[in-house]
Amino acid sequence: MELLQDTLSWVLLTAGGIFVLIGGIGALRMPNLYTRMHAASVTDTMGAILVLSGIMLQAGLSLATIKLVAILVFLLITSPTSSYALASAALIAGIRPEAGRASDRPADDAIPPESRK
Amino acid sequence: MTVLFSIFLLTLSVITALAIVRTRNLFVAVMLLGIFSLLLAINFFLLDAADVALTEAAVGAGISTVLFIAALALTSEKERDGTSQRWLSLLVVASAALVIVYATFDKPRFGDPNAPVLQHIGPWYVQHTPEYVGIPNVVTAVLGSFRGYDTLGEVFVVFTAGIGVLFLLSARRSRSGQRRPRSDATEIGLRDEILLRVVGRLLVPFILLFGLYVQFHGEYGPGGGFQAGALIAAAFILYALIEGEERTLHALPRRVLNGLMVGGALLYGAVGVAGMLMGSNFLDYSVLAADPVAGQKIGIILIEAGVGMTVCGVLLNIFHAFASRDRVQ
Repeated sequence: MELLQDTLSWVLLTAGGIFVLIGGIGALRMPNLYTRMHAASVTDTMGAILVLSGIMLQAGLSLATIKLVAILVFLLITSPTSSYALASAALIAGIRPEAGRASDRPADDAIPPESRK
Repeated sequence: MTVLFSIFLLTLSVITALAIVRTRNLFVAVMLLGIFSLLLAINFFLLDAADVALTEAAVGAGISTVLFIAALALTSEKERDGTSQRWLSLLVVASAALVIVYATFDKPRFGDPNAPVLQHIGPWYVQHTPEYVGIPNVVTAVLGSFRGYDTLGEVFVVFTAGIGVLFLLSARRSRSGQRRPRSDATEIGLRDEILLRVVGRLLVPFILLFGLYVQFHGEYGPGGGFQAGALIAAAFILYALIEGEERTLHALPRRVLNGLMVGGALLYGAVGVAGMLMGSNFLDYSVLAADPVAGQKIGIILIEAGVGMTVCGVLLNIFHAFASRDRVQ
C-alpha cells in the first residue's frame, strides 16, 4: 500500500514538474504577451494540481492535507483571476491580441485607453 | 538536498538582484523586488525560520510591492538618465560588500554543531521555555518575553516610521477641509471590473480570518503580531484596490488607524509598566498573574496584540498616505 502511494505520488510530482517546465519554456519562447500568458497558465493549473496532489499523497490523511486542499482551492480561484486582470490591463494599455504579432508594444492604431470603458 | 535547493534559490536571488540593478524600468524593478522577497522567504523557510519567512512573504512580497506601485503612480515609471554618480555609488557598495564578506570568514560554517549559538544560547531557550513561559513556539517566547525589550524597540521603530511617512506624505486638504475629487483609479478602485470585484470581495474575509489565526496562534505555530498585522493590512489594501480608497477609509477611518498605531505601542509599554507596578522589572510578565507561567502567557498575548495593532495601523496609514496624494507634476 505504501509502495503504491509512493509510486503514485512520484508519478504525480514528476508529471506536475513536466507541466511546470513546459509552462516555463512557453513563457520564454512564445511571441507575445497573450500567448506567453497562455503558456504560463499551464503552471497554475496542471502544474499546481498535479504537484499538490502528489504532496497530498505524501502527507496522507492529516491536517497538512486539509491545508494543501485549501491552498489548491485558493490557487484555482486566484490564478484565473490574476490572468484575467493581467490580460485586461494589457488590453487597456493597448496591446492587441493579434496572431503573428511578436511585440508587446501598443499598436499604433490601438484603442486609446480613455475611449474604452 | 536542502543545501542544493538553498544554493539554487540563492543563485536565483543573485540573478534577480542583478536584474533589479540593470533595469531602467522602475515598474519591472518593483516586480523583481517582489520575486526577490519571495525567494528570500523560501530560503528562510528552508533554514527552518518559518516566522521570518511568513513576515518576509507578507511584507516584502506583498505589501511593499503595493506601496512601491503606489509611489510609482505618483512619480514616473522610468528611471531618469544620469540621476547619480554611478561609479561613486558602485565604489561605496563594493567596499561595503567586501567588508561584509570579510566579516563572514569569522563566522562559524553553516550548520556547524560547534557554533557558539548552538553551544549554550539556543539549547538554553529550548530547554527553559516550557519551564518559564510554557508555550510551544520558542521563537514567540524569545521575541515576546525573553527579549521583550528588542521587540518593544522594533514596535517603536515601526511606529516612528509610520509617523515619519505621515508627516512627509499626509494628504493635503483644501481649505474647506474637503479632499479634491480625483478621477483616477485610486478613488474608485476597480468597480468596473466585475470579476476582480467578486473574487476580491470573496478573498478579503478569508485573509482577515487567516490574519487573526496567525495573531492568536503565534504561541503554537509560526506567526505573531508582525505577520498578523501585515496580513490584516493586506486584506484592507486588497479591499482598497478593488473598491477604492474612499470606501476603505469609510470602513476603517483614519481615526481608527491612528488609534491602532498609537494604541498598540502604548499597550506594549503599558504591559511593561504594569509589571513594574506589580513589583517586578519592566516587561517582566511573571507577576501579571498568580502563576508566573500564566502571567507570561497573558503578557505575551497582550504584547502580541499591541504589535499587531501597531503594524496594521502603520502599514494602512502609509498605504493611504501614498494612495491619497495627487500625482507629482
